[in-house]
Amino acid sequence: MFIVYSAMCLIPVLLVLSISLTNEKSLLTDGYHLIPKEFSLIGYQYAFSGTTSILNAYKITIFVTVVGSILHLLVTSMMSYAISRNEVRYRNQVAFLVFFTILFNGGLAPYYILVTKYLHLKDSLLILIIALLVSPVHVLIMRNFFKALPDSIIESARIDGSGEFMTYFRIVLPLSTPVLATIGLFISIAYWNDWFTSALFIENNKLYTLQYLLQSLMTNIQYLMSNEQASKAIEKSIGMLPGESARMAATMLSIGPIILMYPVLQRYFVKGLTLGAVKA
Amino acid sequence: MKNNMSAIPAAQKGIKRTGLLNRGIFLQEMVKRWPFYLMLLPGLLYIFIFNYLPMFGAVIAFKDYNPVKGVWGSEWIGFKNFEFFFKSDAAWRVSFNTIFYNLVILVLMTAISVLFAILLQETGSKIRTGIYKSVMLLPFFLSWVVGEYLVYALLNPDQGLVNGIRTSFGLDPINWYSEPVYWRFIMPLAYLLKQVGYTSVIYVAAITGISSDYYEAAEIDGASKWQKAKYITIPLLMPVVFIMLLLSLGKIFNGGLGDWGAFYNLPRESGILFSTTDVIDTYVFRSLRTVNDIGMSSAVGLYQAVVGLILVLISNYLVKKYDSDSSLF
Repeated sequence: MFIVYSAMCLIPVLLVLSISLTNEKSLLTDGYHLIPKEFSLIGYQYAFSGTTSILNAYKITIFVTVVGSILHLLVTSMMSYAISRNEVRYRNQVAFLVFFTILFNGGLAPYYILVTKYLHLKDSLLILIIALLVSPVHVLIMRNFFKALPDSIIESARIDGSGEFMTYFRIVLPLSTPVLATIGLFISIAYWNDWFTSALFIENNKLYTLQYLLQSLMTNIQYLMSNEQASKAIEKSIGMLPGESARMAATMLSIGPIILMYPVLQRYFVKGLTLGAVKA
Repeated sequence: MKNNMSAIPAAQKGIKRTGLLNRGIFLQEMVKRWPFYLMLLPGLLYIFIFNYLPMFGAVIAFKDYNPVKGVWGSEWIGFKNFEFFFKSDAAWRVSFNTIFYNLVILVLMTAISVLFAILLQETGSKIRTGIYKSVMLLPFFLSWVVGEYLVYALLNPDQGLVNGIRTSFGLDPINWYSEPVYWRFIMPLAYLLKQVGYTSVIYVAAITGISSDYYEAAEIDGASKWQKAKYITIPLLMPVVFIMLLLSLGKIFNGGLGDWGAFYNLPRESGILFSTTDVIDTYVFRSLRTVNDIGMSSAVGLYQAVVGLILVLISNYLVKKYDSDSSLF
């Protein structure tokens, strides 16, 4: 049974891989197959054909993912730590404010107006990072983790004259690598896979992330061609636009890093799930 | 908000010390614990700006939004935006689809994940279990945009793999992207394929938490694998399952089970398929970005948020009745 299920998970990915490696003409005449009928790298060549868009999308995506994840961990852990400490008088009020945002929200339209009209963050790199900067669920998971840390460690640091920030950076964070790794993993995947923020706010194609580039490619392959000459040359050499194989090549390129990181991702992920997912 | 409510009666009773808005205590606390409040500040500011301001901004649902006049300057029009939505065919369609898909997915996902979790524990071979887990988790890490391509590779009417197989068996190819009926099955199937690996692993974690004493005792009594699953694993897992179910119930209206991207990406925003693929979130997004109807979008968004809140409160009440330790609040 698991063999069947595993096959269902794998076959679509393998199919896309095979399409990306097949000659465009063969795709049109023979259809899609799990093993390329006529092997060709033209799709990848086209995706990279001197054009800057895929490479640019990579750059934007990596930047947003790395910077966003670090900032997310910093802001979230500081906030969670503060509301996990019993000596902080207003911790429960703050926790309630955080928690309430899980239950209720103002909806998409007011958020959209706020960002575009009042904060003027439309078409900016900043909004791609800001959109996922704080997650109330992550704050609550981290708070629970910090609460379970032995109080005596923090108390003794304080007696030794360590300031609160010092204690937090030097003692609390190093003790919290499991939760930081798990949340970091979740949020970096979320940043990497975020197409929604771009779909809402990004129109300038220099700021396209991989996911959004991919989404736009589905309707229009032209997004890949920022260098017209190079792509025209390829088009001429095979007598057509390698639309299908190039699309699938772009898909493979966008999930490539996830597959490469997969062994690491998976290990921390399974470990981290036991942390707080069941009783977050 | 909570501060105000609890502060006023306290002050009236003359118990000033417990008043949360007591300025003296507040200042004292800030001076004494400033590092903690400094740590809180970025997150709190963020939540205020990006979560609370839009809540107040939700008043535009009752206004005729005019970009020049802004949120506060636009004219009040009462419930006109809502009227417009609820009189359209879309209201029933998106509400029904939202509830239908979420319920179907929730039930199937729970049943399949529990089954998988039990079977994964039973496979015996650690290596094989590890491989299965890795493969099952893979789709969870892929976005729905990638999902769109995966589904398209299978269902492309001319070249897709599924139609290719159909024709090789002498069956007529099906034009998947123009037949809404099939999407009633495609959507839950795709969703399950992405999520089941993840939820199974959660349940595996829960099963691992069950004391091995039970199993050892059962083995001594000569219990079979099936009996152990039926009389130990399932009953002990039920509380977790039940609570996860109830908690997800609350999220059904609010952004679905947390991931509506499937409904936006997989059917490729094809109008022909809306009867079976359009849910509240896709509708809100479309009215905002494609149709550019802020009034409609905000009204539907608010409708969603309010019904979502009510569902959360109800399911929390149910959880509390079942097991008071596990409720949200």
